[in-house]
Amino acid sequence: MKAKVKRALRKAFPVVFWLLVWAACYRAVGQDLLLASPLQVARRFTFVAEASFWRCVGMSLWRTAAAYMLGVVIACVLAVCCHASKLLDEVISPALLVVRATPVASFIILALVWLSSANVPILAGVLMVVPVVFANVREGIASTDKQLLEMAKLFGWSRWKTWRRVVIPTVLPTFVAACQACVGLCFKATIAAEVIGVPKNAIGTQLYNAKIYLESDALLAWTLVVIVLSMVIERLLKAAFERGLRRVHHA
Amino acid sequence: MCITLDKVSRAFDGRQVLQNVSMELPKRGAVCFFGPSGCGKTTLLRLICGLDKPDSGKVNIPQGTRFSCHFQEDRLLPWYTAEENLRLVGEDIDVQAWLDKVLLPEAGKLYPNELSGGMRRRVSLARALAHDSDVLVLDEPVRELDEATAEKMLELIARSVGDRLLILVTHDRTQAEKLGCRVVEFPLGGEAQ
Repeated sequence: MKAKVKRALRKAFPVVFWLLVWAACYRAVGQDLLLASPLQVARRFTFVAEASFWRCVGMSLWRTAAAYMLGVVIACVLAVCCHASKLLDEVISPALLVVRATPVASFIILALVWLSSANVPILAGVLMVVPVVFANVREGIASTDKQLLEMAKLFGWSRWKTWRRVVIPTVLPTFVAACQACVGLCFKATIAAEVIGVPKNAIGTQLYNAKIYLESDALLAWTLVVIVLSMVIERLLKAAFERGLRRVHHA
Repeated sequence: MCITLDKVSRAFDGRQVLQNVSMELPKRGAVCFFGPSGCGKTTLLRLICGLDKPDSGKVNIPQGTRFSCHFQEDRLLPWYTAEENLRLVGEDIDVQAWLDKVLLPEAGKLYPNELSGGMRRRVSLARALAHDSDVLVLDEPVRELDEATAEKMLELIARSVGDRLLILVTHDRTQAEKLGCRVVEFPLGGEAQ
């Protein structure tokens, strides 16, 4: 019992510490417009009882999910095609390196010219996911054990059978690592694009409004929502991926 | 139609491993490639199986020839159990019977990383023997096995060859004798046949 309390206190300590730092900063700044107090932010959380809050969260999550899945599919298709064609690889790989290095805001601003503000966050998410998943899947395919591929050839397995039995299980760990790494990035890029594009029903739009109306308590409250959602998504996906990976990969 | 090699040469990094090798392998029976390490036995085997191409000369493998191979490495798929690895070569094979034959009756549910080196090689051997094929290629099949187990595996190989061509690669001449192989001695001259 004593150990349990000790453990709980130990876990709570960093939270309490940073809340105290925040409260101290609030006191030092002394202006609600610049920095809201923890209490003011906590009061803002009454918005969870409003339907508009859930509409914003739901739509932002939907955009993230769409961007994530689209990004993963595009990356896998490109990786397989680039494995099959060296010429295509020489064209695609450097282009994705450029995408990876380019600030996502540049794409968002450019995309706002062509796409509706509701779709730009999806594009931003896709652009975060594709280079990461592509690189890992491409590398995974290239690292497939040549001896196992020779064995598959000798046993007369079809190309699909060889992929299902040899290549896909080989690629799976690097694929899962990439998927885990970019889910948080995808969510944050989607929110960032919402802040710039200001679509209807979006967390990013709420952040933008909070900035426009100088509501630092709302800004921090929505930021906390983003942090919590990001952590929940990452944990859920990690658990799901690990369970799936364990099923395929005993070794 | 038989597998034939016509003036086949193969070099690696400037080192000539095979030079103008011509050979005709019988359709059935047993052939043993015998000789010390590094003299080109495995290279020749890879050419015969179509896993490698000669620098010059021609390897003629009749259309539709099915191979079963037991390599020097076990080449088991690490994400499948021993049972599943065996089933990969045929849905209808009696997996438990083959595990019994290679003296691993309890190993079916184990993954390759849970098996010892010798056990993995026996699963690999069972997989090669169980696969329905025209040519059975065994590259040092009893390496890493103790004498008694090796003896039993050689008996199993002899019983399982059937109507196939067995190509055995070994350093041990007695293995070739036990399996009734025609011995091809390495290093080869220009004409092996």
